[in-house]
Amino acid sequence: MLESIGLKAADELFDSIPDNLLLRRQLNTPAALSESELLARFDQMGALNAGARRISFLGGGAYSHYVPTIVDHIISRSEFFTAYTPYQPEISQGTLQTIFEFQTLVCQLTGMEVANASMYDGSTALAEAVLMAERITRRTKVVSPTSVHPQYLEVVKTYVQHAGIHLELVQFDEQTGQYGEALASSMDDQTAAVVVQSPNFFGCVEDLTAIAEAAHAKGSLLIVAITEAISLGVLKSPGECGADIVVAEGQSFGVPLSFGGPYVGLFATREKYARQIPGRLVGEAFDKQGRRGFVLTLATREQHIRREKATSNICTNEGLIALAATVYLETMGRRGIQEVAHQCVQKAAYAAKRIAALPGFSLPFSAPIFNEFVVRAPGAARELLARLASEKSIDGGLALSRFIPNRENHFLVCVTETNTREQIDALVDGLGSVSINN
Amino acid sequence: MANVPEDLHYSKDHEWVRVEGDQAVIGITDYAQDSLGDVVYVELPKPGDEFATNESFGSVESVKAVSEVFTPVSGVVAMINESLADEPETVNSDPYGTGWMIRVRMSNPGEVDSLLTAAEYEDFTKAEKE
Repeated sequence: MLESIGLKAADELFDSIPDNLLLRRQLNTPAALSESELLARFDQMGALNAGARRISFLGGGAYSHYVPTIVDHIISRSEFFTAYTPYQPEISQGTLQTIFEFQTLVCQLTGMEVANASMYDGSTALAEAVLMAERITRRTKVVSPTSVHPQYLEVVKTYVQHAGIHLELVQFDEQTGQYGEALASSMDDQTAAVVVQSPNFFGCVEDLTAIAEAAHAKGSLLIVAITEAISLGVLKSPGECGADIVVAEGQSFGVPLSFGGPYVGLFATREKYARQIPGRLVGEAFDKQGRRGFVLTLATREQHIRREKATSNICTNEGLIALAATVYLETMGRRGIQEVAHQCVQKAAYAAKRIAALPGFSLPFSAPIFNEFVVRAPGAARELLARLASEKSIDGGLALSRFIPNRENHFLVCVTETNTREQIDALVDGLGSVSINN
Repeated sequence: MANVPEDLHYSKDHEWVRVEGDQAVIGITDYAQDSLGDVVYVELPKPGDEFATNESFGSVESVKAVSEVFTPVSGVVAMINESLADEPETVNSDPYGTGWMIRVRMSNPGEVDSLLTAAEYEDFTKAEKE
């Protein structure tokens, strides 16, 4: 090969690098391992992830659900796995069709009319929704109750801080755990949108219909954010409740937790706002012979055509993960998703009831829940959970003090279909014994 | 040859202006619609919005490109052509008639005098073509 490019030695490839910048010694790395040695080393390192083997009741934005084997099998096919943004309709009908199916499923689940090809994750999808509401209404104020995931609100702030949009937070209702009456009255004729998460950060289901009416009365939009998309299997869809934009984290649909990513954002809205959608959009088309096909559509919204006036700087989608979500949803089907959602509801209700019966423990919020709920412990939640993890090998939940001051005793428990009754009982017993020995 | 009606005023951004009292009706020229190709969407401002001269008041999307449209004269939007939402193609078929875009209450009617006449605009487009 060197001969055909006219060189004598591989070192000559680096001739253009100044001599004083060249490293004249071997890299300081361990010696090469054989394959079996390497696997043993990985096993060793993997064993250090103690948390991965604990019984887990962690939620708060990322959820442990069963992933059918077929999901990995399909997305591992090289046509899907190695391709980068293959959008040319002449050669990419397979990819485009899966995106079209994804969009269709997102519309069905959210009760909306148009969905895009996906966003990076739920939080960035929410930030894009806020920017879109500003474009539609040409208003610059956005209100949100503090029952929205604090990290989602942080991401929104990061996106909008230099866009002239002001995000106003309104305290949630301490009794119910839902947004309070102050939310509706915080809206005025300068409010572009109100952002509500349901089920919210505390697991409480919000009244979307009421806030939709309040928003529309002011000419504002309702943006609904969802972190636990499985809830769409049992709850009335945001579309039916009057939402104008619905965004969700799609991780619950067949995507492993994998330390926080890559995940996939869902983004859906009303057809009348289609031209303001960020990101890619796949449409159904017919070729000259009348055969069904798929193409990117409304691309004039996008950066490569509209430059700085584009609706977003996202010019791609979360392709592989959106495919995983598509395969998951199509495998589970309508009934499957409902079944998963029902199991979540029932198991969470069982866990909540048993924990509330423990001496010193209570449930501070009265609103209905889906699969997460806040617990008030008799002592500091952070210490309690740390002891539960080290002594019982159970991750019992998320200490709220990490996000919200003055909530030292509160923690968020999440129960999904993957938690067995034995695990829930072990959690309850563990909480009881650890708190008594405090 | 593109149609350039005598009784209108023209901008170098290819908008036309028809003066009606203290109001100005604004659209894009026949030459502009022909260069853009089939128009599929027109984005317009809201009545009550105020614009300075040469400010972007909306955009015209064709199958080829998206182009902004600019106010040849300053003023407040009195009316918009709402029928363009459903029939954007009238910008192609009747750019000086049913394809009009906005009606502006002029803040300074004298600005019209600095716009091009039909003859000047015709020369301008010829020069631009070459």
